[in-house]
Amino acid sequence: MSGVWVVLEEHDGRIGRISWEALAAGHALGAQLGLPVSAIVPGANTDATAAEAATKAVDKVVRIEHPLLAVYTSDAFTLALEQFLRSVTPEYIVFPHTYQVRDYAPALAARFSRVLIGDVTALAAGPVFQRQLLQGRLVGDYRASGPGPHFLSVQSGAFRADQLPSASATIEVFTPQIEPEQMRTKPSAPFRASAQTVDLSSAPLIVSVGRGIKEADNLPLVQELAAALGAELAASRPICDNGWLPIERQIGSSGQTVAPKLYLAVGISGAIQHLVGIKGSQCIVAINKDPDAPIFEVADYGIVGDLFDVVPALTAALKAAQS
Amino acid sequence: MKIIVAIKQVPERDAQVRIDAAGKGIDETDLQWALNESDAYALEEALRLKEANGGEVIVLSAGPERVGSTIREALAKGADRAIHIDVEDLAQRDVFNVAQLLAAAIKPESPDLVLTGLQSDDLGYGQTGVILAELLGLPHASLILHVEKSASGLTVKRELEEGWFQTIDLPTPALLTIQSGGNKLRYATLMGIKKAKTKEQRRIPAADLGVAAAQSVTLDRIALPHKQKSTQLLPGSAKEAAAALVEKLKFEARVL
Repeated sequence: MSGVWVVLEEHDGRIGRISWEALAAGHALGAQLGLPVSAIVPGANTDATAAEAATKAVDKVVRIEHPLLAVYTSDAFTLALEQFLRSVTPEYIVFPHTYQVRDYAPALAARFSRVLIGDVTALAAGPVFQRQLLQGRLVGDYRASGPGPHFLSVQSGAFRADQLPSASATIEVFTPQIEPEQMRTKPSAPFRASAQTVDLSSAPLIVSVGRGIKEADNLPLVQELAAALGAELAASRPICDNGWLPIERQIGSSGQTVAPKLYLAVGISGAIQHLVGIKGSQCIVAINKDPDAPIFEVADYGIVGDLFDVVPALTAALKAAQS
Repeated sequence: MKIIVAIKQVPERDAQVRIDAAGKGIDETDLQWALNESDAYALEEALRLKEANGGEVIVLSAGPERVGSTIREALAKGADRAIHIDVEDLAQRDVFNVAQLLAAAIKPESPDLVLTGLQSDDLGYGQTGVILAELLGLPHASLILHVEKSASGLTVKRELEEGWFQTIDLPTPALLTIQSGGNKLRYATLMGIKKAKTKEQRRIPAADLGVAAAQSVTLDRIALPHKQKSTQLLPGSAKEAAAALVEKLKFEARVL
């Protein structure tokens, strides 16, 4: 029962999009290596999610089912997956690169004296796995050596989930041995910090500001630009970490995901955690002094220059165009 | 509470980074270095826990000679002493191997708490802390913004995706990986910088830790990223570029 195994993650009873993207990556890998691709659905009640997974072209779906997997803990998930992987000895295990996977997959790989190749953005012949370095300024080609199992996790949006062929796979159940006392951490139910009063997800125009603004006192510069455009103001994480703008205006994997007509990024270098939040934008404009900033890899239009010169000029040009 | 904070020295955020001749790493000539951002938050959390509960804060870093400047910065901010794992061949070690080095140095200290940053700003694996917990046999929680001592151990606030959080209770000893932004970072005071010079900095050669360089995953090549889109760069003065951009947005992209 070797091959490529893809771990699918459940959210509110459904398999999330990024898990289907991981399955697409698994298929690409399976095709390259001539290996069958199967899916794993861990949880306490995996009936529905396993049935959903079985509609995709996979060799089989295995439900790793146990009441102690109802709520995620690193201990229970690591233990359950470890027991299953020892029973099948796969060549590759593919995960979606979620916060949950980041919390346990490195420990799981360590139990096999392996390293997770995390946050993979592309697959090439070899297999060679590509991931970003230095917050997107460079990319690295990684290779796993020695016999499997090899572990990798796939970045959101890197593989196309909409082209997965459909089929009807068989479903099996694997019951791990987990005791309550083996779970050392006790998580609470998730909560939101405060009522979300700003919904940026439907904003048609967004001006977003990053570290390049240097100080909170310089914010009026971008506020005036946003006002001239009639746009919502948003920010990258460091701005909200510093408390210069409220966290509800934060864009990226830890904040909001947006899909405006126009996303104007001011002084944002474009770390991947930020870029995943703006992928749906119709038009991206970047203003940055660093011509090598990764934001220019996704921008439609760019101005390389000092934002303290460019932003006031742009505000003036917009006002002039309106009058 | 005895706290060990594992910190990493990384290229400074705005440093010009060049690929080295072998194409497998970055050229360190004239490179400026800094304390990794989330590690700075881990150190801050440790110092606050010590101020609230007493105890000791030990910083631990692996790397060549140059790492000393980052260690001194941590001592100046208030760490009590430092352990420097002297290792020149970091590029020949994968993250599991580096975690083995750190674990070997941590074990004899028997700390109550080990903190690491969430991930490094250079390689960005985000795994060292979680692997370290596994190697030390400690319970862990990742992406932590806030730590509080509780009757049975610790209560921590963990960041989830899309603006959600949860609290986690866990016993000590434990390991936490700290996310940026949970606290306001302190600066080293002049007094702190003076004091740092008298603090213990123990150097341990990697060879003494009994962990030979090894890697199950190799970084074959690094390169500049491929552009996903062809960006139209608008040249000229700020005024000219701004005017050209407004034209483009109106009549080409039609988003205004």
